[in-house]
Amino acid sequence: MEVPFVYLDHAATTSPRRVAIEAMRPWLESNFANPSGSHRAAREARRAVDEAREQIAEVLGLGSGDVVFTSCGTESDNMAIAGTIAARGGLAVCPAAEHHAVLDPVQHLDGRVVEVTADGSVDLPRLAETLRELAAGQDAVTLVSVMAVNNEVGTVTDLEAVAEVVRAEAPDAWFHTDAVQAACWLDLRPIASVVDMMSLSAHKFGGPKGMGVLTIRDGVRPAPLLLGGGQERGRRSGTTDVAGVVATAAALVETDAERAVDVGRVRLLRDRLVDEILRKVDGAVETVPRSTSVPGVAHLCFPGVENEALLFLLDQEGICASAASACASGAMEPSHVLAAMGIDAVTARGALRLSLGHTTTDADIDKAVTSVSAAVTRLLQLGAERRSSN
Amino acid sequence: MRVLVGMSGGVDSSVAAALLRDSGHEVVGVTMRLWGGESDTGCCSVSDVDDARRSAQQVGVDHVVFNFSEEFDRHVVEPYVDSHRLGLTPNPCIECNRHLKFDRLMERAEQLGFDAVATGHHARIGRHADGRARLERGADRAKDQSYVLHMLDSSALERVLLPVGEYTKDHIRSIASDLGLRTAAKPDSQDVCFIPTTSGRQGFLEDRVAFTPGTVVDTKGRELGSVPVVELVTLGQRRGLGLPGGGPVRYVIAIDRGPGVESPRITVAGAEDLLTESERVRSVVWADEPVSGQVLIQGSAHGEPVLGDLVPLTESAAEIRWPLRQPRVAPGQSLVFYDIDDQWVIGGGIVEPRAVPVSL
Repeated sequence: MEVPFVYLDHAATTSPRRVAIEAMRPWLESNFANPSGSHRAAREARRAVDEAREQIAEVLGLGSGDVVFTSCGTESDNMAIAGTIAARGGLAVCPAAEHHAVLDPVQHLDGRVVEVTADGSVDLPRLAETLRELAAGQDAVTLVSVMAVNNEVGTVTDLEAVAEVVRAEAPDAWFHTDAVQAACWLDLRPIASVVDMMSLSAHKFGGPKGMGVLTIRDGVRPAPLLLGGGQERGRRSGTTDVAGVVATAAALVETDAERAVDVGRVRLLRDRLVDEILRKVDGAVETVPRSTSVPGVAHLCFPGVENEALLFLLDQEGICASAASACASGAMEPSHVLAAMGIDAVTARGALRLSLGHTTTDADIDKAVTSVSAAVTRLLQLGAERRSSN
Repeated sequence: MRVLVGMSGGVDSSVAAALLRDSGHEVVGVTMRLWGGESDTGCCSVSDVDDARRSAQQVGVDHVVFNFSEEFDRHVVEPYVDSHRLGLTPNPCIECNRHLKFDRLMERAEQLGFDAVATGHHARIGRHADGRARLERGADRAKDQSYVLHMLDSSALERVLLPVGEYTKDHIRSIASDLGLRTAAKPDSQDVCFIPTTSGRQGFLEDRVAFTPGTVVDTKGRELGSVPVVELVTLGQRRGLGLPGGGPVRYVIAIDRGPGVESPRITVAGAEDLLTESERVRSVVWADEPVSGQVLIQGSAHGEPVLGDLVPLTESAAEIRWPLRQPRVAPGQSLVFYDIDDQWVIGGGIVEPRAVPVSL
């Protein structure tokens, strides 16, 4: 891009880590072998994949046999849900504020969707009640999927508490979490230790797009979505993307090593960003309390503003931000997450997500505060003029 | 100027963006997402958005998508359905121009600091001697779309650009082809964008309107046949009325749906009986002030204009008196008034339903 821009859309994709880019190069340039082969070049590639798998397992506190490489977070989620129902039958259950990669397969397979609380995390008493009701009927719940961190508002779920409910009310169900938004901000070991399956997406932590991970605990056997050459121990066929795998490992290892520092630094930036916008813009509201969300997400609502217009003005100023999820055409759709949280449509229309990452600077925050305040003020003023002239 | 150009994914609006860019304007392309439901034609499908985005990339302008589906439902789809329920024959494209392109989008453009909204319509913006803007027919008379833009009054036109109206359609296609645009050979859109071609108007309406069967009678009240769905019958229609073949050509001259009517009654008669001496229009938009006297009047998108006498009744209603009797226009359709030299738009309105003659 020719204009200098302020990138505050790290929750969509964060800046690639240098170590990840460098890690890919040899497997694209000099050794391009298919690791499933039986010659020396293949063996070398295979070694790189095995090492990468071990490194990832180490960061997650799992065995390397628990780590399955997929093509994206969406595939990981689909495999956990559709693969479980294919293998075991029964019903899948998830909360209403999940990412579509979880919500859509659960609904497609006639699963149950459970209410969330005002901060977007699963309503635990409702989850318990739903699991109990289903257990009392003829329906066996075989999968419960609850996200670790909400991708829109950043709310962190207490997965330990969810796991307790699942163990108590649906002890036979496998427990999956979409931890795609957690990797940068939360230690993944305690998360991986309370679930049976966990989805990750490499480009959310500085790796390449087109790489996902699904961790699968021993004894948990979702059916594969892709059949073929039997890679990944038959759990996910398809030629292994060696460059992608080694880059994923490099990015995750560095993310894990630098997390404590990043969390502290980014939290200060995020808090300043939110505080200054709240101070400068009348009527701005913080969507969820900061204490419940990851440091990388600032989610605000500006009632009376349309976020399509706001995003356009910010884009003109060189600020990359986002609002709700975009549909296939690229148009903004009303957010199902905000609706599930009980936020009224007018407020939700004025939603803005500014998401920070490991490369965000103080100067980015200064520019964002100025641009967001100016754009929102302009839109509110024009809206008021139009209303009074009508 | 900063110009927001509406890009539907068709050839005309793609070239409009290119022409504006070449004239030195700062151009951003926008595709409006209007219809959330199923559709396979028109400006609402994902593939049309793809075409619009790719054309914008090729032309070298930014492209954005705005979701106006709520407003489209409220101002276009719901009234379209309601009109059928009331036995009217609506023109949804005109309502989309009125409420979406030249209202909602215009408002958004102003918010975002644009000086004008442009579209790929074949019509031109000219000037009166005193400098007021006026909507003129497109250079390609066969492709002229001034009819569907008649709601643009002289002040609205100050914030509109219609760059392709200066050229023939063939020329527009050749520009697109020279630019290598993938829309160059795309056929003109013909259909209502939110109605799937597979199930058609009936398929779309049957989920939304309770269909009623009707009896087809002649002017003496004799029963000639029946139709399953009276809501789909239009004044002036002559096919699909369940009449035996071989007889004289008959047209629908009245649709009597009550109140106080047991079953809706469709009266058919010869062409002569469809003729009328006058029409009344409501929701009239004038280019400037109300105009009275002799004008040319057009009753469909590409119809031939006919001489008529215009009598304004109120600011937003008028009567048209035909010196030579004319076939009646279906209520809900628009009549658009042009100056006597057939160059520019004076105004236009929607044909009002009239009381059905009790018994002929």
